[in-house]
Amino acid sequence: MISELLPSSVLRALQRVDLVLLAAVSLLMFMGMVTLYSASDNNTPLLYRQGMHFLAGLVLLLLFSQIQSKTLKQFAVWAYGLGLFLLLLVLWVGVTKKGATRWLSLGIHFQPSEIMKLAVPMMVAYYFAEKPLPPRFLDIIIALVLVLVPMLLILQQPDLGTSLLIALSGFFVIYLAGISWWLMGGAFAIMAISAPLMFFYGMHEYQRQRVLTLFNPEQDLLGSGYHIYQSKIAIGSGGTYGKGWLLGDQSRLDFLPERNTDFIFAVFGEEFGFLGNLFLLGLYAFIIWRGLWLASKGADTFARLLGGSLSLTFFLYLLVNTGMVSGVLPVVGVPLPLVSYGGTSILTLMTAFGMLMGLKKRKRVYQAEE
Amino acid sequence: MPLGERISIKTERDEQQLFNVRAIVAALLVACALLAIVGRLYVLQIQSYDQYTELSEKNYQKRIPIPPIRGLIYDRNGVQIADNHAQYVLEVVRDSVPDLNNDGKKRWADLQLMLERVNKIVPLTEKEIRIFNQQVQRRSRHQPTPLKENMSNEEVARFAVNKLRFPGVNLERRMQRYYPLRNIASHVIGYVGRIDKRDLRRLDPENYAGTTHVGKVGIEAAHEDRLHGYTGWQTVEVNAHGKHKGSLSKTNPVGGQDLILGLDINLQIKAETLLKGERGAIVAIDPRTGELLAMASVPTFDLNLFVDGISHKNYKNLRDDPDRPLYNRALQGSYPPGSTIKPMISLAGLYEKTIWPGKRVYDPGFFQLPGHKHRYRCWHRSGHGSIDMNQAIAKSCDTYFYDMAYRMGVEKFAGYMNLFGFGEKTGIDLTSESRGLMPTPQWKKRRHQQHWYPGDTVNIGIGQGYWLATPLQLAHATATVAMRGKRIRPRVLRSVRTAKDQPETLLEPDVISHIPTQNERHWEMVINGMINVMHSDYGTARSSGENSSFIIAGKTGTAQVFGIAQNSKYDAERLAKRLHDHSLFVGFAPADNPRIAVSVIVENGGGGSKVAAPTARKIIDAYLLDRYDEPVDEEEGSEALNLTRRLAQ
Repeated sequence: MISELLPSSVLRALQRVDLVLLAAVSLLMFMGMVTLYSASDNNTPLLYRQGMHFLAGLVLLLLFSQIQSKTLKQFAVWAYGLGLFLLLLVLWVGVTKKGATRWLSLGIHFQPSEIMKLAVPMMVAYYFAEKPLPPRFLDIIIALVLVLVPMLLILQQPDLGTSLLIALSGFFVIYLAGISWWLMGGAFAIMAISAPLMFFYGMHEYQRQRVLTLFNPEQDLLGSGYHIYQSKIAIGSGGTYGKGWLLGDQSRLDFLPERNTDFIFAVFGEEFGFLGNLFLLGLYAFIIWRGLWLASKGADTFARLLGGSLSLTFFLYLLVNTGMVSGVLPVVGVPLPLVSYGGTSILTLMTAFGMLMGLKKRKRVYQAEE
Repeated sequence: MPLGERISIKTERDEQQLFNVRAIVAALLVACALLAIVGRLYVLQIQSYDQYTELSEKNYQKRIPIPPIRGLIYDRNGVQIADNHAQYVLEVVRDSVPDLNNDGKKRWADLQLMLERVNKIVPLTEKEIRIFNQQVQRRSRHQPTPLKENMSNEEVARFAVNKLRFPGVNLERRMQRYYPLRNIASHVIGYVGRIDKRDLRRLDPENYAGTTHVGKVGIEAAHEDRLHGYTGWQTVEVNAHGKHKGSLSKTNPVGGQDLILGLDINLQIKAETLLKGERGAIVAIDPRTGELLAMASVPTFDLNLFVDGISHKNYKNLRDDPDRPLYNRALQGSYPPGSTIKPMISLAGLYEKTIWPGKRVYDPGFFQLPGHKHRYRCWHRSGHGSIDMNQAIAKSCDTYFYDMAYRMGVEKFAGYMNLFGFGEKTGIDLTSESRGLMPTPQWKKRRHQQHWYPGDTVNIGIGQGYWLATPLQLAHATATVAMRGKRIRPRVLRSVRTAKDQPETLLEPDVISHIPTQNERHWEMVINGMINVMHSDYGTARSSGENSSFIIAGKTGTAQVFGIAQNSKYDAERLAKRLHDHSLFVGFAPADNPRIAVSVIVENGGGGSKVAAPTARKIIDAYLLDRYDEPVDEEEGSEALNLTRRLAQ
């Protein structure tokens, strides 16, 4: 038996890992590697680096799965505080690329907003954990402030996409905490009204262009419409069964831009078709469901709120990416979770899955203590 | 209960329940959103699959035309008239030029370094480098840009040896039209030239997608359809940057047909040699088939000048030459036919019963309209006395024909001449044929806003006045007389074949009509008059008919270029050469079994019997007696003969 071969401490550590979720995530990573192999035209160094990202991610997952809810809760304030400090530092001494100041140079370039993807839901969950639920109006206001401060800092960089995603991960906590339906409905109504105002007065020209391009990509084929146009062709020409692995003309012949990263979904859709997409989306749905299930089995309120928010944020990335690539949402730089090439996103997501597993209520194992 | 107190109660069970409700609602929303994405994918991948497949194929499939090889042209004896020669071109694909100066980037400097190195192997002119530098910037990095065209064999060999030193520079082979006869029969053959905007409007863009040259004039243009063939297509896969990644499918081109012309190059050379130094035209037709045996228009020009775009200087020289070498006199030149049409007019008179074979007219040396004093003079100033039709033709009596035309009237006159094809295109398979002019009162009214005077009718009675005919029309009408009224459309093409080893398909003679007569014997009567022109002791061309091995039927003509004032004597000496009369002759032989009909015109040559008739005799002898070799005065003529001899072997 395996249990006899491994030291008991390792065995205990592995017991805290949700094997079902790990299996689903591993399958997703495997599909990601297979797709990346085709998308990158067998770019071995790239595949190797992605493999390393996954291994590092697995280590982080194992590590964070060991952390109990009450321990993690104590990190929340520190993580949030550190995140805020670094965001301010970015505004001060950040590295500017392509007109946006998002990076800190610590030997390697690193985006502090990445910390906030986890720190914001942690902080809000932490805040609500000690409060009676459903939350009082004042608590909601305070929670909103906790969300909006980092959001505005990130908006300054400017990085609209990330700031919205981070804000939403905070809002998910508020929602899960039990904000009244009326209040939520009212907030939606205000947003619906302010959206056009936002479009005309609150957006940068390039952002407005992206929205316009969404509605009519053919209008600007050589500019920002090119990405959407080519990715729609890639997906559409995949048909029911797809063109087959390594046989996607759109990606193989360079027509599809950003195909290793943000637009990898189009490569998958072209090569594996509608049926492949059904399977992929089904796998994602399963992971999201398992995440929510784990959250509901959370050790305490903090665990439930954080776990639920992390699962929904994972879904949000999926929705924004697939919506963008299939041409129903504007182009925002969001990778397809665990499939797109890129270390930062994978490490953050695997950390989140690790946390999800650790947050689950522990069964007391008396025998182990003897 | 106060509000604050209710909230302060915090139980694990309630919160778990609250969370579960929220999580389930969220899960439902997630499911809805995912279904929406699935719906979107359904629209893209299943509903619009065909549309996107097409767009995808349009993206990466590129059809490349493979131009067919143009058909070759031969004369009736197999002498090659038009050939395709391989021409080599240096082309550069910019993306494939490596980083020559090792600065880690493929830049402009590398391209210039490459040009410098190529220059040491194959000298490049400054103009070639300048044009290349302009073009290379406009094209895609993966598209070839021509660097040097018209490479000599030595340059090709030198580059081929050093090819491996120049990645990105390719030696490409192209087919170019070549005319081995250079300036022989240039007007008939015509030439090909680069396709220009005007050509694009009429050509099928699909079939000419890969073709660079098209027939511009002459047989090259008239039989473009047969010569061109059908373009083949290769479908290649390209990437987003336009780089070719491989071949997907291919259909081969179908080469153009070879043309075998009725032209006899030896006769053509003979005709051109005979006219050398003059300006004029000779047309020889086989009356039985309508095939053009020779069509000389002198001076000529070298066809090869035109193939790759004639230089401005060369074109200017040709265009501004007062002798107009580019002008095809045989086809486009309109001349007063003069007396050459008297046999046809006689037939008109017999048909319209204006005359009858025995009808005599008294010629005092002139003709006067009733009630007018103006004298229309006969060329024979003292007059021919009492003369009948046969003699009127043989002696070319003007008065006889003044009288006949006047009594026939212009309407009947022109109507019968139209039957011979005067005033309309013969429909020969050559481009830009002139229709000449068969004048009528309606025409004069329209053109000159003047009434038709009886004197106009008198003038056209001897082929003068407004009447204009092309040498081709004259030869055609003569051939029709030779065939006793059977009018056969003249043509250059004799037969076609799809390839050298394939059988020829001979074209059938195209009979236009039969010319009506009151009595079929009238043909023999008129032809008899033409025989007397050559062989009687009073015929105008009797010196040209002497010692002939066969009977020739002919008619001389002299066309006035310049109106001679009343009562003044024509003095050839005093007039500048340009104002001399045109010398004309038409004829056919043998008279009873015609195998050749000719028309000859020598501009400003003087009397028809002195210049045109002997020339025609030499043409007829050359063709019928195979006397091509008779000593020719000019050096170049014999050279040309030797050239064809070599080619025919």
